[in-house]
Amino acid sequence: MADSRNLYQEVILDHNKKPRNWGALADATHKSEGLNPLCGDHLFVSLKVSGPTIEAVQFEGESCAICKASASMMTTVVKGKTRDDAEQLVNEFRDMATGKLDTAKSQHHLGRLTVFAGVRDLPTRVKCAILPWHTLHAALNAQNTISTEADADPMQAPVIGS
Amino acid sequence: MNAPSEKMALDVARIRKDFPILDLKVNGRPLVFLDNAASSQMPRQVMDRFVRYQSTQHANIHRAVHYLSETATAEYEIARRKLQAFINAKEEREVIFTSGTTDSINLVAHGWGRKFLSEGDEIILTTLEHHSNIVPWQMVAEEKGAKIRVVPIFDNGELDLDAYEKLFNPRTKIACFTHVSNALGTINPVREMLAIARKHGVVTLVDGAQAAPHLSVDVQALDCDFYAFSGHKLCGPTGIGILYGKAALLEAMQPFKGGGDMILSVTFDKTTYAPIPAKFEAGTPPIAAAITLGAAVDYLGAVGMDRIAAHETDLLDYATRKVTELPGVRIIGTAEKKAAVLSFVIQGVHPHDVGTFLNEDGVAIRTGHHCAQPVMQRFKVPATSRASFAFYNTMDEVDALVASIRHVQKVFG
Repeated sequence: MADSRNLYQEVILDHNKKPRNWGALADATHKSEGLNPLCGDHLFVSLKVSGPTIEAVQFEGESCAICKASASMMTTVVKGKTRDDAEQLVNEFRDMATGKLDTAKSQHHLGRLTVFAGVRDLPTRVKCAILPWHTLHAALNAQNTISTEADADPMQAPVIGS
Repeated sequence: MNAPSEKMALDVARIRKDFPILDLKVNGRPLVFLDNAASSQMPRQVMDRFVRYQSTQHANIHRAVHYLSETATAEYEIARRKLQAFINAKEEREVIFTSGTTDSINLVAHGWGRKFLSEGDEIILTTLEHHSNIVPWQMVAEEKGAKIRVVPIFDNGELDLDAYEKLFNPRTKIACFTHVSNALGTINPVREMLAIARKHGVVTLVDGAQAAPHLSVDVQALDCDFYAFSGHKLCGPTGIGILYGKAALLEAMQPFKGGGDMILSVTFDKTTYAPIPAKFEAGTPPIAAAITLGAAVDYLGAVGMDRIAAHETDLLDYATRKVTELPGVRIIGTAEKKAAVLSFVIQGVHPHDVGTFLNEDGVAIRTGHHCAQPVMQRFKVPATSRASFAFYNTMDEVDALVASIRHVQKVFG
């Protein structure tokens, strides 16, 4: 197993300490709640969508550093993107975290989100990183609550050992 | 058996040689195993017993007349007597082999609860319970229309005994509480609690999953009606546990599972159940696991439960002192009497990040809600980090834990 401390890079620690776009949008058009009942990660994502564009996005909640940094960086990346582009990032992020997408070899649009590639070696932490993206996907698709353990888990994340 | 002698003081270095897994390197560092409350490790003597059973004694029990079946049956019943002695039960038929504590509690919830609870009856539980001593009772309560009443705890993790006593009323039928809290380590005053329940004529169940590995348990001295515990926390294998029950209660209960080995006679008109303990051991039981658990309690007996308790208290006191000295670390659960569990939170660092970091130093702890969400809610934390000790742990390992916590704080600081 790779040294998981490699995962806790400066950028992740920084976003954990000073999460960007923290809070709830007062004029949200879409919102969703994400919960990982196995570890207690719990967050809320709110969006303001106008036409095809995500104009604003915020999040808040209680979670580990991996989840919080993932959410924070997600908000900075998807802000201003179209819904379709955001959905593409959701898919690519999930594939990277579960080891299906090798960001060194295949084309992708993840940019600096590749700092999370290391979670693929930490099966118990994969869902921490993916949860914000689940929740974003759920918000865009008008699902109010998602759980990583629910039958209707929209992302069908692997349930591994957490 | 090649276990440490009763006369010697607890020689941890020698004891550690009995546990092959303790030589493991994790991430290039010596394993520091501090997740014993979840499951303890197994000494070679106990593994050897499993191998000897499978190599020379195995067949199905209580059935055929051939040599191996008779040998396996005899060894299985010898194991039962060892467990009887381990908890000082009056009769061996009061010791039921189950798959573990959860199974044991479910057996009582279904076998006793579904027969004797009715609408409006009350079940007393405490805030400290593991989900396995909550959910089975919720299921039965929902089915029977019974009510669950919960004993609150103080900020230090001790039960409010006055509140406990006030919960009793003529509708109270059973009180179920843990001997030792898995999330906080609190040792509950079970003798006093059992006496109060007896005064009100209420049936009692003690969840001993966390107590049996750390304290001498004497069910006759406690005078509880039921006592449940698991083998895999006692240096035994997974898939085996015990339900102790007073014979008269076990006899009055309905079987939980139907099948072979739990009957006297079967026709399509009527089945007559076997006497206890067979009534509650339907199907082929975990014979090998039961016999292996028998060897595990032999091993613990040879080490000496009192010496185990004394060494673990030293470990806990030392760890508590060292962790208390760390700024930004809060210990959750500061009861006066605790057993082998140190639950803590580090300011600004989520327990899951703590667990991942400690793992890099080879330090294995549990992080999460410990299947005790009501406890987490009580302390308003989503999760804690929990170090839990066994008699084979050392002060050096406590130092490794503390050094690893310091490192986490430095990185996240």
